[in-house]
Formats: sequence, structure tokens, C-alpha cells
Amino acid sequence: MKYYDKLIFELSKEGRQGCSLPANGWPGDLGDIPQNLRRQNRPALPQVSEPDVVRHYTCLSGMNFGVDNGFYPLGSCTMKYNPRINEQVASLPGFSSAHPLQPDSSVQGCLQVYHELARALSAITGMAEFTFAPCAGAHGELTGLMIMRKYHISRNDLRRTKVIVPDSAHGTNPASAAVCGLQVVQVKSRPDGTIDVNDLKPLLDDTVAGIMMTNPNTLGLFETEISEIAELVHACGGLLYYDGANMNPLLGKVRPGDMGFDIMHLNLHKTFSTPHGGGGPGSGPVGVRASLAEYLPCPRVLPDGKGGFRIGREGELSAGRVSGFMGNFSVMVKALAYIWTLGKENIRMAGPLSVLNANYVKESLKDNYRLPVDRLCKHEFVFDGLADASSGITALDVAKRLLDYGFHAPTIYFPLLFHQSIMIEPAETESKETLDGFIEAMRQIAQEAASDPQMLRSAPHNTPVRRPDETLAATRPVLRYVPEVPDE
Amino acid sequence: MAFAYFPHTEEDIRQMLGKIGASSLDELYSDVSPEFIFKGEFDLPEAMSEMDIRRRFSEMAGRNRSLTVFCGCGAYDHYSPAVIAPLISRAEFLTAYTPYQAEVSQGTLRYIFEYQSMITMLTGLDCANASMYDGATAAAEAMMMSLACTRKKRRVLLSMTLLPQVIEVAETYAGYHGVELGYVPEDNGGTSLDGLREQLAEGDVAGVLVPSLNRYGIIEDLEGFADAVHAQKALLMVYADPSSLAVLRTPGEWGADIACGDCQSLGLPLSFGGPYAGYLACRQEFVRKLPGRIAGQTVDMDGRRSFVLTLQAREQHIRREKATSNICSNQSLMALYVTIYLSLMGPEGMREVNSLSYGGAHYLHDRLLGTGLFDEAFARPFLKEFVLKTGLPVKKLQQTLCDNGFFAALEVGEGLVSFCVTEKRTKEEIDALVSCVEAMKQHGNLT
Repeated sequence: MKYYDKLIFELSKEGRQGCSLPANGWPGDLGDIPQNLRRQNRPALPQVSEPDVVRHYTCLSGMNFGVDNGFYPLGSCTMKYNPRINEQVASLPGFSSAHPLQPDSSVQGCLQVYHELARALSAITGMAEFTFAPCAGAHGELTGLMIMRKYHISRNDLRRTKVIVPDSAHGTNPASAAVCGLQVVQVKSRPDGTIDVNDLKPLLDDTVAGIMMTNPNTLGLFETEISEIAELVHACGGLLYYDGANMNPLLGKVRPGDMGFDIMHLNLHKTFSTPHGGGGPGSGPVGVRASLAEYLPCPRVLPDGKGGFRIGREGELSAGRVSGFMGNFSVMVKALAYIWTLGKENIRMAGPLSVLNANYVKESLKDNYRLPVDRLCKHEFVFDGLADASSGITALDVAKRLLDYGFHAPTIYFPLLFHQSIMIEPAETESKETLDGFIEAMRQIAQEAASDPQMLRSAPHNTPVRRPDETLAATRPVLRYVPEVPDE
Repeated sequence: MAFAYFPHTEEDIRQMLGKIGASSLDELYSDVSPEFIFKGEFDLPEAMSEMDIRRRFSEMAGRNRSLTVFCGCGAYDHYSPAVIAPLISRAEFLTAYTPYQAEVSQGTLRYIFEYQSMITMLTGLDCANASMYDGATAAAEAMMMSLACTRKKRRVLLSMTLLPQVIEVAETYAGYHGVELGYVPEDNGGTSLDGLREQLAEGDVAGVLVPSLNRYGIIEDLEGFADAVHAQKALLMVYADPSSLAVLRTPGEWGADIACGDCQSLGLPLSFGGPYAGYLACRQEFVRKLPGRIAGQTVDMDGRRSFVLTLQAREQHIRREKATSNICSNQSLMALYVTIYLSLMGPEGMREVNSLSYGGAHYLHDRLLGTGLFDEAFARPFLKEFVLKTGLPVKKLQQTLCDNGFFAALEVGEGLVSFCVTEKRTKEEIDALVSCVEAMKQHGNLT
């Protein structure tokens, strides 16, 4: 990777333009728009040629690391291979040029994608129906909680304003609950991050709207007491929400709907191979059991009774509209292409191979790194720093040094249960050779911690930039480009 | 036969299980109660080859009718220059995660910084975040942000001339979040300043959200709005089409504290409603209440200019239930799309896009009035989108136009139909649309 220092604004020169538009044959440029409705100065956008633009963004891409560059063991993020055929079919002109408000009769192809994907996800998860309106995992969580609240409100069960969240949960869980107007009640987890049923019991009363769980949990461990938890929560009148962040190890093997969950979201950008795009667009469809279907957000795709589909825009019990149209449509095309490529047989291998990869890496490194919970994991596991902590080398140092070895870093300092969490998730699309290379690098780093700790503390050494000064960024924020004024 | 996405050979699996000390893949699920192991057959098709996939999806895409788009209502058919798609498809952009590891994410962080800069240039405000899901959710976040900025106030006022989907999403969020909504009525197609004053007089108002280009395509005159809102110590929030801001008075110039809207109009493909990207911008004093990701400039250990995600103390992974929002991502790749689009266009290209759209829209407007089937609805300045009154049965009108290859005349109120023209529409296309309407009239198809 090569350092490249320009911003597009710094390539700008008055009079350049990077696009050609048709000649303007219309009379009267912006004609009768009164002056007080117009902006005073033209925006200071860059003025650059088309080749300038192409080279600039190509150079920027050279400072980025993606799944296509190498192994990305980022825990809880499921960085699996993003098949290119999915990109191609998602950008077919028939899909990409469809306006979201076109008459239903003219977008039957798009509506069929929703229908087919809902069917496939129902088969995979055991949920009855899905909405595709949420644009990301956190958005799905929020939507799921809205459905939960709407359910209680519509039954005039207005006291249910608490949602139980394990203290080991992703930060989005409590944040989503708060946005949804629910009070968060934390349930303590055991040292292995699983929920302690004895701690849960006293929290369950008629003020509980439900519980949010990831299973496997943030340590990659399966909640073995899920049946009992489901019974207890249902018995008190609450609903079970499944956070699909950790669905990948269950793919093709275990269905959340069979474990007693009432509402769940999926991250199509994790479990169903759509690219993360540097932070989005994702998609966070929400599935519910049949009795909750009428609470799903509108608009929804429904059968039209004539072998086609229509968009249902209103529903009395609907949780409401949560996004401008019907979610990130092209992401759904990609997820459906992935599922159909796997088919009913290969999908059975997806989860198990991710679990095989995780346990293989865990077993291969547990002599070098401290493994706080030494048992079978699912798709990911967590180390708590080096086995020999005497050098004072931190999770951050290990993560940064991995970048020098050509690997992306694992998730660090999460979960919060340990001080030096290193959370590793090797998706099923990684080969044994790749994992062996990673294991070798991790062992080298453990040796370097003993032999040359100073070098680790100043890692990375071979990346386009080295550790940035985050304190400076936060205390003296520079959040936009301001042209330098030349000296007089 | 081996499956293309799984690299494991039988020998690999055997060796790896050996290292783990397990005898089979099934044994890796011994911690899962057997009742939860799915033993049935998945109701899914047999695995499809790449050729099968291509065929099946081409068939589905072919079931959509390709229409010439003459409608907007929140999604605009602007032109996307050819270089954008291949650039954003570069694997290093496409397959990267959120830029947590700044050292290997300078590409993403730099374009986010550029994007934020461009949004501030268009809106005339000081700061912007790294993007939101879409315009409607950005508006809902702005609404919640105004509560966080003003403390202890509970009401937010929405103009009735906002796009319906923006109002609906704000209503959904407000309902669960405990925000009390008030509505500012419409007056001759624009937001009523008197109506706003009446609503403000009731007190407890944290923020007021009004559009710049409204649901009818009318350019709102927001003279006096900022003074009225600020007199009540509330925030003025403007929902603006960012493409139009290259020529129209900016939220900053109107005295707004927050601006939000949908970046779709900056060349993003229609794509049946998504992915798009919302933008959210604010004045400097509110930046610590701004939700979402923000990239900032700093230096690295060697003093080189670098970029990082910053001001993270606002965010959910630190603040958990006390965070300003639950959002923990952005529409990053779409922000890149927009950044490249604006770079290619530059100030002159953006002016030209607006000028071409304006010219075409006004030509269509006048031609439609000339058919005698439509009347002026509001007679106020518009840019690329406008609404006409008609006595025709509007569902039938829209369906007939659709049958003839046009998406036009969307019903936006009783007897009100909406049209939109962008720089992509040629004079020939506009004439063809008008001819189609005239032919219906002649054949008496419209009564």
C-alpha cells in the first residue's frame, strides 16, 4: 500500500470539469427563479478533469484493505467473500432503473425479488414473514423493538416499557432500545458471557416488553439454556428478540424460530455475503413469527391474488414506516443470488465450516494467547491478551502488528468482559492455508512481544500511515476541507 | 462437486478436526441441544450455477417494465457518469469494513472527509456526518437531534409540504421516542409562516422541519422563518434536495441550524428505492450532538496527514443507551458515489444539471397546460418538479401513460398530479409524453 496525500480539492483548477452534459437548448437559464431564492455564491466544489478523478480515487483505493485483499478476522462482523456475480445481477438495468413509486404492474420483477428472498429467509430462519425496510443491522434492531412495543401497545398492555439486555451485548442493543423509548435493564452475564437464568428470573414481571439476545453470544458461545430462557420470558408475557449479528454459525444448521424467538433481524451484509462497502449500504431485514406479521412496517410486498405481487401501503397494526421507500433493494438482490447459488445442500455447510475455522484457529493459538473460556466455540472466540502478559503488550499492539503481516486486525476491546479482548472470526470462505498463515503471524507476534516489545508498540510499520493521533483529532476537530490561504 | 465459495477439501476438514479433537463437523454442535439442530430439508432451490443465476435474475429484471421517468417525489432520475460505477466497484472500496483500523483505511476515511466537506459546501453549514441510511431517516434523526440540542423541550413541528414519506418516518420515530409532533399547515403550496407562528406560540418547541424544495416541487420562500423559530429558542431544520443546492438558496443562507435530505439526487441510480444515502449537517455549536460517523483530520506518529473516525464519545459503542442515536454505520459506498459525482460535475456541471432540468420541466409544464386538460395548481416558482390540477381520472391517466412507456402524473393530492423532468429527458421524450396525453384526449380515453 502506498501513501498518497491529495484531497480532491487540492487537484482543483478554475475552469476544469469532469463531465460532459448535453447542450442546453432551453431558453432562459433558470429563468424566473427570484434572486432571493438563489444561493449567493457557487459552491466551492472541486474543478477537476475526468482522468484526474479516476486517478485520484484509484490512488485512494490503494490505501484501503478489503476482503479481496486478504484475511479479515474481524470478530462479530462476518467478513466473508463477496461474490462478484451478485454485484452483476444487482446492477441489471431492469433493476437499477426502476423508480420506487412506479405502478406495481411495472415492477413485478422487483416485487418478486422481495417475495423470493422472504421465502428463502423464512426457510433458513424458521420465521414466518419478513420486512426489508431496515437499511442496516442497527436499523433492524430498532424496527424489531418497534414491532415489540407496538404489539404490547395494541393489546393495551402499556406497562411493558422495559427491555432486558445482557451486559455483554453489542452497544447498539441498548442504544436501539433507548431510541425506541424502552428502558434498558441489564442482566448480568456469567464469566463466559452466557445469561445466568438465576439473575434473569427476578427481572421478569409485567413491565417487561421482552429480551434481546444474540445466540451464540459475543464470546461465540451457544446459550445452552435458551429453552428455559424462552419459557420464562414468554411466561411473563414478554417477547424474545434475536439479534442476527451472530447468525453465521447457525446458517444451515439451527433456526432461531425453532429456539423460541419471536422477532429477529438479519444482517445481509454479514451472513448473506453482501459487501460491507466501507460501512454500508447494508440491510437489516426483520423476521417475525406468524402471529406478529400484521405488526411489520409498511409498505410491504404482498401477493396480489392473481399470481403477481402488490405493495400493501397501510396496515392498522403496522409498526409504521421506518425508511423512505422499501429499504436497500439492490442489497436484497445480492443476498438472494447468494442463497440460490448455495442452494438447499451447500447452505448446510456454511455454518459448520465457519465453526470449524474458528475452533481450528482457537486451538492453534491458545498456548500463545490467553483463552479465558476454553470450550467449543461457534463462529468466533475471544482471547484476553497474550498468554505471557509480562511484556505489557496490549491487544492494540497485536492488532496493529498484524497489519504489517498483511492481515486485517481482529476486533479488539470488545466484548467488555475482558481488559484485552481480541475477538477473532474466520468466515467459512477462508482456506486452511490462509488460517495457517494467520496462526503463524500471531505466533511470531507473541515471540516479538518477548524479544522486541518496543517494535510492537510502534507498529504498524509498513502501512500507508502509522498510528494516527486520535486525541488531536477529537480535541481540535478538523471535519472538512478548508483551503489554505496563501501568504501575502 | 466442490462448491466455489468453500475452499475446504475433505483432507483439510479431517486435519482441522484432528487439531480440534473432534471426529466430525456435527460434533462441533454438541453444545446445541439436539432438538434445535435442523434436520429437515430446506425449502430452497437446488444450487444454481453462475449461468443459472444470470438467467434467473435477467428473467426477473425483465419482468419490470422499462419506463421513461417523469416523476420524482423523492427519487430523481439524474444521469450517472460512466466512471463512477467502476470506481466504487474497486474491491478495496467495495469489500472493506467500517474504517476502524485507520492505518489500512485511509482510502475510505479520505473520501468520507471529502464527502463531508462537499455537503457543507452545498448546505452552507459547518459540519456534516459521514451519511445516514436515507433522507427520511436523516430527517427523523434531525428531529431527535433538535431535542438533544435544546433540552427539556418535547415538541417538533413538521411542515405539511414535506414529502409524505419523510413525514411518515418522522411520525414513526416520534411515536416511540416520545416526541410530540405539531404540523405547520400549507398555504398555496408552501409552508405557512403564519401557521408556523401560531404553532410556535404554543411553546415547548425544540425544532421545526421545513423543506426547501417541497413535495410539490415548489421552491419555498423561507424568509422570516429563522427569526420566528430562533425567537422561541428552537432550531430551524431544512430538508433540502442537495442537487438543487448548487443553485438555490442554502439552508445556511436561510439561517438553518440543521440541514438534512437525500443524496439520491446526486446521480445515485433509482434502484427501486435504495441504497441511497441521507445527509445530515449542522452548525459548529451542535456538532457534539450530531449522530453517526464523522471523519476528521489528524497526523500520524510520523507527522503525516491522516484521517480517523472521530468524536466517538457521542456514539453507541461508547455511550450505549445514552448515545445520541443507535446508528453505527453509514451508507459509505453511496457517499463515495456522491463524492465522485460532485467531483466530476464541479460547480459548473451542477449548475448545468439544474439549468437543463429547469428548462425541460418548464417546457413540459407549458405544453401540458396547452393541452387544456390541466390547470396551474399553485403558480409558484419551481425547479424540476411541478404539480398540476386536473379533472381527469388520475389513476387511469397514470396507467395509460404507463402502458405507453411513461412513468408520469403521480397522484399527490386530490386532483393533483406530479411531474418531474431531469437533464436526462430530451425534448423528443417530452413531446412524446405530451402527444400521448393529446392522443388520449382525442380518443376520448380519459373520461
